[in-house]
Amino acid sequence: MIAERPRGALARLPLLYPAVVLIVFFVIPFGIMLAVSFFRREPGGFYLAEFSLTNYANLFTALFGRVLAFSLFISAFCALLCVGLGFPFTYLLTRMPRPRQVVWLVLLVSVLSLSAVIVAFAWSIMLSQTAGVSNLLVRLKLLAEPRSWSPGFWALVCGMAYLAFPYTVLVLYPPLARLDPHLPEAARTLGASPLRTFFTVVVGSLRRAIIATLVMVFAFNLGTYLLPQILGRPQHWTLSVLITDEAIYRSNLPLAAAMAVFFMVVSLALVGLAMLGGRGRPGEEA
Amino acid sequence: MLRGVFLGLIGLFLLSPIVVVGGVSLNAKKALFFPPQGVSLVWYAELFGEPEWLIPIGNSLAIALLSSLGAVSIALPLSYALWRYRVFYARVLFLLGIAPFMLPPVITALGFLAFWATVGLYGKMVATVVSHAVFFVTLPLVTLSLGFESIDREIVEAAQVLGADAREVFGSIVFPMIRSYLVSGFAFAFVLSLNEYIVAYMVAGFTVETLPIKIFNALRYGYTPVMAAVTLVFVLLAALVFGLIGRFGDLPRLMGALTPESRNS
Repeated sequence: MIAERPRGALARLPLLYPAVVLIVFFVIPFGIMLAVSFFRREPGGFYLAEFSLTNYANLFTALFGRVLAFSLFISAFCALLCVGLGFPFTYLLTRMPRPRQVVWLVLLVSVLSLSAVIVAFAWSIMLSQTAGVSNLLVRLKLLAEPRSWSPGFWALVCGMAYLAFPYTVLVLYPPLARLDPHLPEAARTLGASPLRTFFTVVVGSLRRAIIATLVMVFAFNLGTYLLPQILGRPQHWTLSVLITDEAIYRSNLPLAAAMAVFFMVVSLALVGLAMLGGRGRPGEEA
Repeated sequence: MLRGVFLGLIGLFLLSPIVVVGGVSLNAKKALFFPPQGVSLVWYAELFGEPEWLIPIGNSLAIALLSSLGAVSIALPLSYALWRYRVFYARVLFLLGIAPFMLPPVITALGFLAFWATVGLYGKMVATVVSHAVFFVTLPLVTLSLGFESIDREIVEAAQVLGADAREVFGSIVFPMIRSYLVSGFAFAFVLSLNEYIVAYMVAGFTVETLPIKIFNALRYGYTPVMAAVTLVFVLLAALVFGLIGRFGDLPRLMGALTPESRNS
């Protein structure tokens, strides 16, 4: 039954279908996008197959630079926020009894699976004047009158953190679940306080996992597309918005493709950096 | 004490938008108040009664069902082959299968747009279905690979010694062992397809309106409690599906694997 390699054409059949599907519908689309990024725009249509570098030359406008800088900034900011909160949370989660862990995991996966449209809508309601937290603060006499906090930078941060937090926890979950429970115990026996144990032993032995998670969450945040359009103002648009805008509303598929290729190179470089920084699996000790 | 407060605040952060939206969906008048003014279910009736909402619901369900079946149909033979044979091209295909999940979605979406525009199926529902099937193949691929890994190879060998052929082994041992992983992978792909926006929008956003696209378009014309009702339905559906996986499947083990680090290992 278990063979090192398939014998005969029949045994290779189970691989043929996935191979064809993935090549035709993933590798080829990718190749087309790469090619289109070097093609010329055809007004009214999609593209003309003529090689040129103009898309890449047109890439670096002031707007593109500003949007790229903002995308990098807010992605990094939310990644720091989510890992800062998510790491102690995940540590506590992995120490809970199993049935309670499952309840938290169901909540986290449910939130993570929610459409960004829905998250954006929910947070714009949360921060609105008529239904939001400001009403609660007025009732508690902390605020004179209800206010609207959406759209705005902090509304966008809330929405992004809401989606990125469950992702952060799920990335941190395996290394923390695999952490030897005797390690913190030993530190406690030797007289370290719980907080000190957490910061020196737990954080210390998972330093690489934390760095890798930061970069993973950062890359995840870079994909944010819908939230800035609902929770942010135009100055809070991200690169994903700009790319879609270029492809759909300006019908400039070649320029959008060039932006996407550039964006992908940046993302891949960062993922590579994470792997280099993490050196293998984050579960391993530094 | 400190620990309880911290966990409570995180729980509050995750749950309060859902509670507020749920409350807003009960408003009797067309206004977004929380706490709601008057309690009524008219907005749920509108959601499940008006063609304006029923058509996107139908589209989304059809796309989610077909594409998650498609994703499973790609993932099952691939993960089976990965488990049975240790050949490098199976590993390469596995990496290809998880690649769409590692990149910012807009990049994959744009690749799909360029592809469907080139083959002339831009704007057709089949484009959305196939794109989602490929985009979400990662989920059943990861859950099924875990399922195959959980099979004790000695049982398989015992069955062979007793004279079972490959088909009998698959039917009586392999399939029952992977069934719950198959269902989990299907469920993950289904829920995520239902919620997906950017790929659906890029390949057929103007002709095949899915529920997330419909919500986003409706938001531009002003907020109504119907959107709050949709949101609550989505949340409850996700909680139901993942709650069932949590109840009958091994969620902690699945979560241990759904992160990219252990996918590669």
